[in-house]
Amino acid sequence: MQVMLKKRIIPCLDIKEGRTVKGINFVDIRDAGDPVELAIRYVEEGADELVFLDITATVENRKTLASLVERIAVEINIPFTVGGGINSVEDVGVLINAGADKVSVNSSAVRSPGLIRKIAGEFGSQCVVVAIDTRFFNNEWIVYVDGGRTPTPLHTVAWAEKAERLGAGEILLTSMNTDGTKSGFSTGITADVSKRLNIPVIASGGAGTPEHFREVFLMTSCSAALAASIFHFKEISIPELKKYLSDNNINVRC
Amino acid sequence: MIAILRYNAGNIRSVRNALTRMGYESIITDNKDELIRAEKVIIPGVGEARSAMNYLKERDLDKIILSLKQPVLGICLGLQLMCRFSHERDTFCFGIFDAIVNRFPPHDKVPHMGWNNFTMIKGDLFEGIKTEDDVYYVHSYYAEISPATVAICDYILPFSSAMQKDNFYATQFHPEKSADIGVRILKNFLEL
Repeated sequence: MQVMLKKRIIPCLDIKEGRTVKGINFVDIRDAGDPVELAIRYVEEGADELVFLDITATVENRKTLASLVERIAVEINIPFTVGGGINSVEDVGVLINAGADKVSVNSSAVRSPGLIRKIAGEFGSQCVVVAIDTRFFNNEWIVYVDGGRTPTPLHTVAWAEKAERLGAGEILLTSMNTDGTKSGFSTGITADVSKRLNIPVIASGGAGTPEHFREVFLMTSCSAALAASIFHFKEISIPELKKYLSDNNINVRC
Repeated sequence: MIAILRYNAGNIRSVRNALTRMGYESIITDNKDELIRAEKVIIPGVGEARSAMNYLKERDLDKIILSLKQPVLGICLGLQLMCRFSHERDTFCFGIFDAIVNRFPPHDKVPHMGWNNFTMIKGDLFEGIKTEDDVYYVHSYYAEISPATVAICDYILPFSSAMQKDNFYATQFHPEKSADIGVRILKNFLEL
């Protein structure tokens, strides 16, 4: 029997005020339904993991998010990550206690990288996902924060390596150049980051067809690929995607 | 009543949610009498070996656990704590399974995170399960193969995916996060 760690397929649910939404290039937002219902559907279809990102993430929304996490945890039996507006170890504690398996940090980790070490120290590296939004600009891959609105001086590979050293368990790498375009993942930067790191990398941004998933798994050593709108709007079904990948010799859980 | 051991490890509530979905009543407890009286005891956990053992020893829970006669299931860190010694901060553990816990060499991505299948399975826990079935793992340390090994997975090297000796059962993977396959494995344990 061949034993092989499977490439993971991860639907992402962007959450705004308790609803699932999908941003196009981080700006225009469309409603895509109740997150718990969608989560259940994805589990039934064979999703390997789920990611919930609270894209409004204001202080008053924190309690709503925690209770949503509780509802999700009661319903689903696969791992899930929650992110959006996490600024402290206390924020992480609330979400982990509500039932999240992992949390993702983005802007707050860029502003205070020590947060990664603190969360890893308190809850373990396995629950720290460092999300990186990156854009190819002036011939360089640069890290952006604040939901893609603010550029930073950080180079993407260097920041990912630093996040690993600080205790990140996984990197969620989103290419802003391709996000929402359905033109395929940015395989170049994904290959660079996943080659340089010894922790798993999740490719994100640009999935439009099953071929795009095949491409990112063949051309990079990423461990997982994430997409949102194509799953929400049933443009690709997870079982069809997995059958396609399996037929093309990519190891997935069927 | 199923008792889930309360200690300084994460992921405890996920196990309770899984049992509730399956229609089993459970309590999360570190009360000695409740642990001793329970039909089954589950030691879940994502965490670190040394601080977990220290926490349990300070409360004499190590002795209670070793004295249990009902079926006990260790999950993830729970499996590693049932071994003899862990190289995670050089920790002496329960010694139920005569095996050493090592860190994965960095020949591939560590942690071993995601879905993987088996090279071998046997025994009560795997009734109705096939070697090609996938279960969910997230760990950087592994238990070596030993006479107590009842399932083997291979990532970087072959390691104990599940172990059993007498009334002590353990899985390195998370059945509570392993979709329908995980439900079946938990059910097999709960119906022992």
